[in-house]
Amino acid sequence: MEKSIYSYIEAMRDVIVENKDFLTQLDAEIGDADHGTNMARGFNAVLDKISENDSDLKEVLKKVGMGLVSTVGGASGPLYGTMFLKAANAIKEDTINSNILCQMFKAALDGVKERGKATKGEKTIIDAMEPAYEAFVKAIDSGGSIQQALENAINAAENGVEYTKTIIATKGRASYLGERSIGHQDPGATSFTLLLKSILENYLK
Amino acid sequence: MVGIVIVSHSNKISEGIVEMCREMAGKEQKIISAGGLDDNSLGTDAVKIANAIEKADSGDGVLVLADLGSAILSTEMAIEMLLDSSSDIKVKIADAPIVEGAIAGSIEAYIGGSLESCLVKAEEAKKFSKLNK
Ligand SMILES: Nc1ncnc2c1ncn2[C@@H]1O[C@H](COP(=O)(O)OP(=O)(O)OP(=O)(O)O)[C@@H](O)[C@H]1O
Ligand SMILES: [Mg+2]
Repeated sequence: MEKSIYSYIEAMRDVIVENKDFLTQLDAEIGDADHGTNMARGFNAVLDKISENDSDLKEVLKKVGMGLVSTVGGASGPLYGTMFLKAANAIKEDTINSNILCQMFKAALDGVKERGKATKGEKTIIDAMEPAYEAFVKAIDSGGSIQQALENAINAAENGVEYTKTIIATKGRASYLGERSIGHQDPGATSFTLLLKSILENYLK
Repeated sequence: MVGIVIVSHSNKISEGIVEMCREMAGKEQKIISAGGLDDNSLGTDAVKIANAIEKADSGDGVLVLADLGSAILSTEMAIEMLLDSSSDIKVKIADAPIVEGAIAGSIEAYIGGSLESCLVKAEEAKKFSKLNK
């Protein structure tokens, strides 16, 4: 991680803004048509709260988390907010290595599951995030590089998004649709996958 | 006196419910609206909710009535944020319809009920038949 944390958050903002209409369209199909707007509002606000010179990863992640909590507006606010806050809390020392990244990922996943009380198979962010986490750790544990781990995680998240098309939503707004939610991909799982991709892209830049 | 916080995606809804509760409640009773986002769009904001809870408390705790989805997630997040800032405000979220629960809960608070009994009264509103069937 030689690039600044700011550059990663900026890359996330960019991918969300680029896909704002797409995410909102997905949410229009099974929700209240605001996921793209929510996420773009949140990441734009967050970028204003941090600066390119901020070097303390833990502090920046906390700011991002708190910023998302107070500006996103939908369920994804407390969920993504918790994700960043828990990842920040998992940082115990200054040096960041692949093991710490695994711990941050785990803390973030557990945090989101606890906040939303969702498990795999409910058509939520978890359906992309949990397999992504598992693939990430598996790659690191078998000696893979961070790049390989991220690639595998993205792959798993993409499969997770595909999987959400086949299941009924039982959490969030889409759960009001019952069986009619089948055939549509989950907006939150999609935005999570986009964020992962933006991390890898920035890492390789 | 137990304070009441109304959390809705819509500021109009939460303001309106506060107004309805006020009709039956005492003047100095703390019934605080935490609806919508700062830019007036629909949504819920944990920081706004945390501030409302602090405003509503006068030592006897706060009962929160929320609408749906992220209103609950954001309220739970707000409660955790208050705990993290070592606040000792007692907070309960009512599992109740927001309008009826708010009115039942604020009347109970007005007549001096504890946080627990406000919670019970608000949640009983769920079973109250409107058509007397
Ligand atoms: N309980 C939950 N656990 C995990 N993810 C959830 C949960 N509820 C919703 N989600 C995720 O949030 C996404 C929707 O985010 P969005 O920003 O559109 O919030 P929303 O559903 O409109 O919120 P609101 O409850 O305010 O209406 C869903 O696609 C889903 O992935
Ligand atoms: Mg939505």
